[in-house]
Amino acid sequence: MAAKKKPRTPEPTRRDFLYIATGAMGAVGAGAVVWPLVNQMSPDASTRALASIEVDVSSIEPGQAITVKWRGKPVFIRNRTSQEVEEANSVEIVELKDPLARNANAAEEPATDVNRSAGEGKENWIVMVGSCTHLGCVPVGLAGDFGGWFCPCHGSHYDTAGRIRKGPAPENLAIPPFEFVSDSTIKIG
Amino acid sequence: MKTIISKLAAVGLALGIGLGATAAFAASEYPVNKPREVDWSFSGPFGKWDLGQLQRGYKIYAEVCASCHSIDLLSFRNLREIGFSEAEVKAIAAEFEVIDGPNADGEMFERVAVAADRIPGPYANTAEAAALNNGAAPPDFSLLAKARAPERGFPTFIFDVFTLYGENGSDYIYSLLTGYKDAPEGHEVAEGTYYNPYFIAGKALAMAPPLDDGTESTLDQQAKDVTAFMTWAAEPYLIERKQLGFKVIIFLLILSVLLYLTKKQVFAALKKD
Amino acid sequence: MSGGHSEYVPSSGVGKWLDSRLPLPRLVYDSFIAYPVPRNLNGWYTFGAILSVMLIVMILTGVTLAMHYAASTQLAFDSVEHIERNVNYGWLIRSVHSNGASMFFVAVYIHIFRGMYYGSYKEPREVLWILGVLIFFLMMATAFMGYVLPWGQMSFWGATVITGFFSAIPLIGLGIQEWLLGGFAVDNATLNRFFSLHYLLPFMIAGVVVLHVWALHVTGQTNPTGVEVKNMKKETVPFTPFATIKDALAVVLFMVVFAWFIFYLPDFLGHPDNYVKADALKTPAHIVPEWYFLPFYAILRAITFNIGIPFTDIVLIDSKLGGVLAMFGSIAILFVLPWLDTSKVRSGSYRPMFRFFFWVFVVVTIILGYLGSRPAEGIYTVLSQIFTAYYFAHFIIILPFLGWYEKPSKVPPSIADAVLAGNAKLGSASSAQPAE
Repeated sequence: MAAKKKPRTPEPTRRDFLYIATGAMGAVGAGAVVWPLVNQMSPDASTRALASIEVDVSSIEPGQAITVKWRGKPVFIRNRTSQEVEEANSVEIVELKDPLARNANAAEEPATDVNRSAGEGKENWIVMVGSCTHLGCVPVGLAGDFGGWFCPCHGSHYDTAGRIRKGPAPENLAIPPFEFVSDSTIKIG
Repeated sequence: MKTIISKLAAVGLALGIGLGATAAFAASEYPVNKPREVDWSFSGPFGKWDLGQLQRGYKIYAEVCASCHSIDLLSFRNLREIGFSEAEVKAIAAEFEVIDGPNADGEMFERVAVAADRIPGPYANTAEAAALNNGAAPPDFSLLAKARAPERGFPTFIFDVFTLYGENGSDYIYSLLTGYKDAPEGHEVAEGTYYNPYFIAGKALAMAPPLDDGTESTLDQQAKDVTAFMTWAAEPYLIERKQLGFKVIIFLLILSVLLYLTKKQVFAALKKD
Repeated sequence: MSGGHSEYVPSSGVGKWLDSRLPLPRLVYDSFIAYPVPRNLNGWYTFGAILSVMLIVMILTGVTLAMHYAASTQLAFDSVEHIERNVNYGWLIRSVHSNGASMFFVAVYIHIFRGMYYGSYKEPREVLWILGVLIFFLMMATAFMGYVLPWGQMSFWGATVITGFFSAIPLIGLGIQEWLLGGFAVDNATLNRFFSLHYLLPFMIAGVVVLHVWALHVTGQTNPTGVEVKNMKKETVPFTPFATIKDALAVVLFMVVFAWFIFYLPDFLGHPDNYVKADALKTPAHIVPEWYFLPFYAILRAITFNIGIPFTDIVLIDSKLGGVLAMFGSIAILFVLPWLDTSKVRSGSYRPMFRFFFWVFVVVTIILGYLGSRPAEGIYTVLSQIFTAYYFAHFIIILPFLGWYEKPSKVPPSIADAVLAGNAKLGSASSAQPAE
């Protein structure tokens, strides 16, 4: 500011350089002070420690589901009936609001039923983060217009493969990283 | 890691997606019937507790409800407020054992409860409660009279401001307890649930009629007693609140009359010039 | 009209000594004793005083509640019940604080609508108005975070839904949301920072209130005629005793209504589900924010469609982001209101068409509030969309159009003339006949 009052010379003088250097140094210092104060709000080490959980699914009969908690959010594990799988398979990809699988275990694949499920041979299993992709409420199972899940907060309908079909949610229910470590145990995370 | 596993255990693997879920989805259309309004002793601006009723209510709770429902926020000492003597409270507490410790050897130990202890519930934790009740934990009673209140709807809720209607939760509990009946045609209910048109989250609930032990008049009386007790448990200071409120409002009205007269006098000086 | 002129004369030796070192008594004297106010102010102009009192009430009860509250997911719910049941007068202080939030918003909405009716935002009071909108915005943030603290079901799911807004921001949204929450979901870190900020924000509000009052004292108050003061002697009265006694009466009458809720209907404005402890795995069937957020909530939910380039599949703004933008936009538009209303006439008293649309607007916001409390489905969504469209049309289309088209009735040349015409009380629209 002070420099402005001086008559401007076309070439930067040594004095200008000093002003700029001092100002820049001050800005770096201020930024360095602010950063820890801002960054402390990000998820802390204990939260970030990506704890994985193992779930015994041997007792889940077809047509049943359980909910487990992973990273503070519910995860739905559902053993679907063959009828539910068929229903999901009968839907063409072009009919879907969100055509991507949203499966952390597969890259950006199309949202076919097999890509949403636990994979070939285990199509009956579906594992999803139970947070509505709209604003994070927990959808209710076996409800809604498509027989899958329904979010009571703002009326999003998901089908039996957890794909968004109607309502304000933009994406299919997310599928977390998981694997079957044995026939009866799923490891999430 | 440890917390996640313990939370996992606590949440349990038993959250079956059956009736509870569908019931929650359809909540906006329930209850089928609006709660029946009861003329409680504690309703209105000059309401009073009926101590005899509260004591009867506690006994019903202890004998019937307490086998499934906890009442975590109450301590035995609170029972003094509904008219039990010090000796009676001591005797009631003595029927319970609580875990204390660690002692000098570092061990937790059981001892007989005293008046200052919280009233222990029937289950160790919510997960155990859920596991032993087909996945639906019986709710704690401490705040139920405030936590269950069907919408009053427009324009009733506006009239409520003037009639000082604050017994929605109590009326709901009373209506639920006395409202069990056979499901009407075309309203089949899931196995293990009982039709009740007053239930807030569906047409049937998992609790069997709890007070079904004889004539209709005793059922009605018992339902009122236990509901009154639950209302007290949810808000033990209810009567104190209303009594103080009456004094405060009278004070404010007198003050506003005085201020109005003062204002008139101040502004009268203005009109002169 | 306040000017730089001060009539304060210290009467004692100590007063003189202090006046030449820190002229605080002079500031108080000039601002709250000698400060001239238009003599034709009606009852709607007392809500500024009521709001000041409410801010003090909220800070006092809040600080005392914080002495007993525990900001931890394990303890918060029980500590609130501990306050209600065990702390001496705890139930009273908590009831004052929770109902006080509602009363604060009742007063602020009346205050805002009064400003809109009498055109209080018009030149030269734009900065005064903008500071007011800023206070309103800070109040909403404070109230939202305060509602999370009891850690009931509505606390938890309200926090989940509202922080979910930020995830709608493209690319960086999820990162911002995690930064705000301090985790992947609402949890202990979230509760703790909300408590910290809920304690901080009221003092920031108090700071902006000082600026708001300062700006008010620079420009002077408006009055029901909207005509600036021309003759200080004939048209103004000193703040004390005239405004002071009137404000005191209004505050006490407001307290009667307040006490009615505190003592007889303490849970009427709350939600039963908040007496159920937060459960991260179970969403309540029907999430509703506190009543004072309902119109904005209805606007959020009204945008159920993507916005893109017509006749193509290109989506510019998906429905989620659209809803969030519309909701923040409905508040942000108040900031530019002084430039949207182009009418030369300030007070609605002399603008018959504006007056009609003003009351339509009031009714529309109330209907939006009702719609916000309904489930988001069927006819309610359609109605929300219609009324949301009207809400924005009022600011963007109707106000500029009226400024150009409307023929205002005759404005009195001065306040004194209006008073002489027996037209001093322009409080209600029905009595606000044009002075012919």
